[in-house]
Amino acid sequence: MCGIAGLIHRGKSSNVGSELQGMLQALKHRGEDSTGYALYGDTDGKHFIMRFKVGENVGEGSSSVMEDVSVYDERKKIVDQTLAELGAKVVKEERTLPYSLRYEIDYDVKDLLNFSQTIESIPGVEILSMGKSLEVIKDLGNAKAVCDRYSLDKLVGTHAIGHARMATESGVDIKSAHPFWGYPFSDVSVVHNGQLTNYWNNRRALENKGMRFMSECDSELIAVYIAQKMREGASLEEGMKDSLTGLDGVFTYFVATKDSLGMAKDTMAAKPLVLYESDDLVAMGSEEIAIRSVLPQEIDTYDPFDGEVKVWRI
Amino acid sequence: MANLKNVTKKTKAQEMGMHTEVLTGRTQQKFFNPDEAENFYYFGTYDVDFNKRIDLDVKDMTAPEANKEIDNLMSQGYGTIVIKNPQGKHSLGVGILNKLNLIFEGSLGYFGMGSCDGPIVRINGRVGWSCAENLMAGKVVIEKNAGSCFGAAIRGGDLICKGSVGARTGIDMKGGTIIIGGDAGAFTGFMMQRGRIIILGDVGINLGDSMYDGTIFVGGEIGSYGSDAVDSELTPNDQDWLKRKLKVAEIGENFDVSKMKKIVAGKKLWNYDNLEPTEKKGAI
Repeated sequence: MCGIAGLIHRGKSSNVGSELQGMLQALKHRGEDSTGYALYGDTDGKHFIMRFKVGENVGEGSSSVMEDVSVYDERKKIVDQTLAELGAKVVKEERTLPYSLRYEIDYDVKDLLNFSQTIESIPGVEILSMGKSLEVIKDLGNAKAVCDRYSLDKLVGTHAIGHARMATESGVDIKSAHPFWGYPFSDVSVVHNGQLTNYWNNRRALENKGMRFMSECDSELIAVYIAQKMREGASLEEGMKDSLTGLDGVFTYFVATKDSLGMAKDTMAAKPLVLYESDDLVAMGSEEIAIRSVLPQEIDTYDPFDGEVKVWRI
Repeated sequence: MANLKNVTKKTKAQEMGMHTEVLTGRTQQKFFNPDEAENFYYFGTYDVDFNKRIDLDVKDMTAPEANKEIDNLMSQGYGTIVIKNPQGKHSLGVGILNKLNLIFEGSLGYFGMGSCDGPIVRINGRVGWSCAENLMAGKVVIEKNAGSCFGAAIRGGDLICKGSVGARTGIDMKGGTIIIGGDAGAFTGFMMQRGRIIILGDVGINLGDSMYDGTIFVGGEIGSYGSDAVDSELTPNDQDWLKRKLKVAEIGENFDVSKMKKIVAGKKLWNYDNLEPTEKKGAI
């Protein structure tokens, strides 16, 4: 089933980590195989923040193969070495969990495609996000468990999107969890609720254009599809509108960039979305109770119609 | 109803010697017998006094707890119950088979007021997907917007949304009336079999798709017609009925019903006698 939630503060920052945790926890009945956050924090914008993993969570319910922590250490060493070879300087390093790392990198990069391909050519290594504001954090368990594990409740920023996942078409693991980074674009992330039925056709076409897929989760296609449209010169909104016909199936998805948040709903309006919009805040989720976790007072909400695309800026 | 025994024209399949069995058909329609009314009894219903009123704050209750408490209050004779702080909870007010004035001071989540028969409900907020699904009788009024599948499969009663509604409003409805003050989404009246839908605003694509019967009235623009949905003449009787219904619903006070479009089933969708793929191959 899955649940998605997102919010954007316009003209101010807020504790988006805690707010999104509340929204996703309210949707936990829609799936708690894994939960993911794409948080756009307040930063000085000088360095890239790279969130990556060198292994999988092999906890209860995971479909991943257990590996020794020494394997993670070895992969981390190779990543460090590769970054040095690429001319990237690690300014700050955090290892939240044995398999999950956060680097702040000083790197004058024009093309994240080559950078990402080089890093991800290391077996078992996947970049979860790359950007000057975006941080994608995803792991097994419900919203509160993931939030507590990564101490996300204090993160201050302008906007965020998240996903509570019930795994249906791919494994229970971090690589299949949402949000997906809009590889190779800095600061682009996607969450999705639904099923895409022309996944393989689109994937083959996009792979032929040099794009990469890290999982077999159909939702990853949206991130790659939008990224490819943007590579071809389309704006975020144009790419999203194009997806209404380019993607087949039922979907409601959110895309976030460094300074904007967008939603798109398929032409059959088969997947739910409730939206609250005011001058200083937009909050949306698969169910109204998600919005109620940040706005408990009586508010006016509505369901966007079929084939609707909306984009808001901070 | 079609008399299947008297159909003389052979279909393509029958001409080929297939499907020669005589279809007898049967109806599931049950006619109400007034003699049975006095003895008619729903298990778990109560005599309530509409003047006996109570507030119920459900902020810290789960939906089952809240519904159980509503039932408990009805058993004590309360005929007017005001629900405070529903806060978008799902499945509130379901399965009420009683005469009751029920007022929600706030919004409901999914499946609110599902499978009810008889209550008069006012929701001073919004409702999520599948509000009043399977409503048998009574009246449900929503002051703000509603989600998709509004009034799915209702069999009777009046369901009124003063704002806009999502997709598939009145899907599979078998009776009753749905009134929308604003716009409606795609596939409104999808596979409806009976009853009426009134939309004062615009409506999305595939209106009345695959409808068997029933009537849809639209005041605004129509995105597109669904399969077998066709225009019909708006008669003076229709206009009188619309005026009465809108007045009772306290909606569209100055709305010009004479300009509404009337959409019905073309009844040309029934092609069950078409050949199956394997039969088509045999015919080639």
